[in-house]
Parts: sequence; structure tokens; C-alpha cells
Amino acid sequence: MMRFRVAQPPALVDLRRVPGLSGLREENGHLWVGAMTRQAEIEKSGLTRRRYPLLSDAARVIADPVVRNLATVGGNVAHADPGNDLPAVMLAYGATMCAVGYPDRPAPSLSGEGSRSLPLAPEKREIEADDFFTGPFETALGEGEILTGIRIPSPSAGSGGAYAKLERKVGDYAVAAVAIQLRFHGGVIADAGVALTNVGLTAIRAEAAEGALNGSDGGDEALDRAAAAAAAAAEPMADARGSEAYKRAVVRTLTFRAASKAIARARGEAA
Amino acid sequence: MSAHHVTITVNGEPMEREIESRLLLVHFLREELGLTGTHIGCDTTSCGACTVLLNGKPAKSCTVLAVAADGAEVTTVEGLANGELHPIQQAFMECHGLQCGFCTPGMMLTSKALIEENPDPTEAEVRWGISGNLCRCTGYVNIVEAVRQAAAAIRSEAGEEADHA
Ligand SMILES: Cc1cc2nc3c(=O)[nH]c(=O)nc-3n(C[C@H](O)[C@H](O)[C@H](O)COP(=O)(O)OP(=O)(O)OC[C@H]3O[C@@H](n4cnc5c(N)ncnc54)[C@H](O)[C@@H]3O)c2cc1C
Repeated sequence: MMRFRVAQPPALVDLRRVPGLSGLREENGHLWVGAMTRQAEIEKSGLTRRRYPLLSDAARVIADPVVRNLATVGGNVAHADPGNDLPAVMLAYGATMCAVGYPDRPAPSLSGEGSRSLPLAPEKREIEADDFFTGPFETALGEGEILTGIRIPSPSAGSGGAYAKLERKVGDYAVAAVAIQLRFHGGVIADAGVALTNVGLTAIRAEAAEGALNGSDGGDEALDRAAAAAAAAAEPMADARGSEAYKRAVVRTLTFRAASKAIARARGEAA
Repeated sequence: MSAHHVTITVNGEPMEREIESRLLLVHFLREELGLTGTHIGCDTTSCGACTVLLNGKPAKSCTVLAVAADGAEVTTVEGLANGELHPIQQAFMECHGLQCGFCTPGMMLTSKALIEENPDPTEAEVRWGISGNLCRCTGYVNIVEAVRQAAAAIRSEAGEEADHA
């Protein structure tokens, strides 16, 4: 953003020196991902590969391997570019965004003027992924707030997830991509989460597609219905990556593929 | 323009400098230190020509602020040779893993980290590993060959050292 002079901030705060913002650990029924955790760390983690394959899949197709060494998870979701891959992943997981700061105040000014009037204790907030992505490059975070990390619910037995992305070349944003997380309960799918990348002004949760999967046996007929519902939920715009119709067709195909993979993983038939 | 006092180790040599907050790492290396082996290509983190090792990991230095390298170890292409050519340089030369040479420093540094992580990468793994570094001349065939040959040379060097130990 700064490189293209789209953003010209008067000051930058380096979060690397703030302790406790980085790391990946499973605790109390969720995976904690610190905001400063590098995308490469997610990609290389055995824990995410085994237990959170949706997140692991997505980390492997963001940008390129060199970019991922520095790019952070928090930067990806807080930046909220409709082309970013992690927002849809967080929607499909039903993740919780954890923030700290002064939600109702403007960012403290450089001169330190604002800081004098700050209340002593910063406020902690938890924002559901569903309420977090409010517009293109816009989130529910206030100017005086930072994201500290994300809580992803730990999958119960019989869960699976997958991310399917079509990109023109390595390092490009998605033509379209689909994130799916689901679990089997009593032989049928329950709690499906389906979300779409880069086919709207924000990542889109495709609730009708979730409805088509929930209660089904995960057979091709249900997957076809879910894929059609996801394509209908997409709000793509024609650009260099394709026409509106093409992108809907891509969403349809990727939904089928991601669901098949998520189901195979839930059944222990795929890694 | 505010200045910052930073301590950076470049190619093994620790140094302290006063630098401007907005100075990019690539400009610090090229203009302050005269290490012009780090090239500037796209200027937007896409092409990888400016890749250096930041604490051992490849990073595109055209979008890293120099102040963000405070306390870090940076390796540029000038830091590869140690009296004689590094096995990666030797292999790029022997396999003709370059044509114009613009992407070569970044390619070699990314390859160094790749080989350290994965001493015997398959062709597919090399292609994946260098996928953030673009070459517009060669079509990658010779580059991939060079990386695999370098990996083999480094493995056999390590093996010989182990034999002597
Ligand atoms: C060549 C290239 C290709 C890319 N391709 C993809 C891709 O295919 N898919 C994809 O998803 N992404 C892609 N990206 C984006 C990349 O993954 C990073 O998300 C992006 O570069 C942001 O980097 P960063 O994490 O360093 O955040 P920064 O650049 O530091 O920050 C980005 C924004 O988020 C804010 N921010 C950062 N951290 C926090 C925090 N903890 N709390 C509040 N606000 C915060 C910053 O203020 C800033 O506005 C690409 C980037 C490049 C350069």
C-alpha cells in the first residue's frame, strides 16, 4: 500500500517488539494464532497440517514462499483486501478476532497529544469473524486498536476442512477461492462453514451452501447443490482475472473440490 | 525526518548507523554500504531480485524498512563467496543457471535457504522454493539444475567433513 503511495501514514508502529503477539498454540478448545505469526510458520507447522488443514492449505497458496517469510496472519486479516485469502478461512472456521486498545478513539497523534487523554487501561474486545470484515480494506477494528490474535475453534472428531484456490500464477491473488470446514455427526454433515475469496467487496460467507451441506450425507448430489448455492452467493466483478460468469463457474467448481477434500479428510481418507 | 540508531550485521560484519525512518533495506545495502549485488526489479515485492537473507530467511528487501532490520543479520550475494565461490555460485556458473544475471543474486540466496531446509530437494520442490523469484530469460530449466547440483555439492561436502571428524 505504501509502496504504491495508496497509503501515506504519518507514522508507523513496529509491532515486532510487542511481546506475546506471535506464535501458534492449541489451548482450551481452540488454536491461538498470534497476529504477528508469519504465514510461513503456519505453512510449515505440523500442528496446522494435522489439525487445521483448511488454514494450512490456505497458507501454502498465499503470495509466494519468500513473501510468506515476512507477511503476518494479523496483517492479512486486518488489511482486509477482498483478495486476501485468510478472511474467508476465518469466516469458514467461525473464528474470533481478539483486539486490544481504544476502540472509540482516534489513533494517538505523533506529538503525543492524544495519548494524554487516553484512559489508563486499554480495552480488550472479541469480535466474531462474521462481524469483522465490514468492507473492502475495512474491518471492525477502531483506529486506536490492534489485533492481538485469532482464536480458531479446535475441530472435534470427524471434522475436515480444505481451501481451494485458482490463481493465474504463483504470487497472484485468487481468481476465486473457497474455504470449507465441516464435521460429520451421526453420519451426516453438521456445522458446515463455507466462505469465498475475491468474489465480492469482502470475503463472503455462503450460508445457502452451508445449508445444502448440513444434514446431507456428503454425496455428489449435495455437493452439486452446495456448489450452485456458492456460485449464486458470489458477487464477482469482471476484471483482468475473468468475467463475472467465469468467476461464478470457478466458485462452483472450487466449492465442489474443496467440499470433496474436506469430506475425505473428515473421514480420514485424505491427508 | 526522524533518524534511528540501528545495529545491523551485514555479511558477518556488525555495524552501527544513523538512518532515516523511511529508508528501505535495499537502499541501505546499495547506497549506504555500496553492496550493489542486491538488485531492484519490480520495487513491489513481486519479482524477488532484491532477495536477501534476513536472519537466515529469504526476504524481499525492497519492502523491508531498514529500521526493521535493527538487530538482524543480513546476508547479501556479496556474503556468499568465502575466498572461493560458494557451491551455489559454482553450480549456477557450471549449469549456466543465468542469462542476463539480474535475478541471480536473489535466486542464489533463496536457494541457499531452501537447501539448508531441504538438503536434497526434488525438481518440484526447487520449482516451488524459487517460485517467488522471477527470471525473465532462461525458462528456469538451468536454474533448477543448478540448485540441485549445488545441493548435491553441499551434501557431499558435509559428508566429507563428517568423514574427517
Ligand atoms: C507480491 C505479493 C503477493 C501477495 N499475494 C497474496 C495472496 O495471494 N493472498 C493473500 O492473502 N495475500 C497476499 N499478499 C498479502 C500478504 O499476504 C500480506 O498480507 C500483506 O503483504 C500484509 O503484510 P504484513 O502482514 O506485513 O502487514 P502490514 O503490511 O504490516 O500491514 C497491513 C495492514 O494491516 C494493518 N495491521 C497489521 N497488523 C495489524 C495488527 N496486529 N492489528 C491491526 N492492524 C494491523 C496495518 O496497519 C496495515 O494497514 C501478497 C503480498 C505481496 C507483496
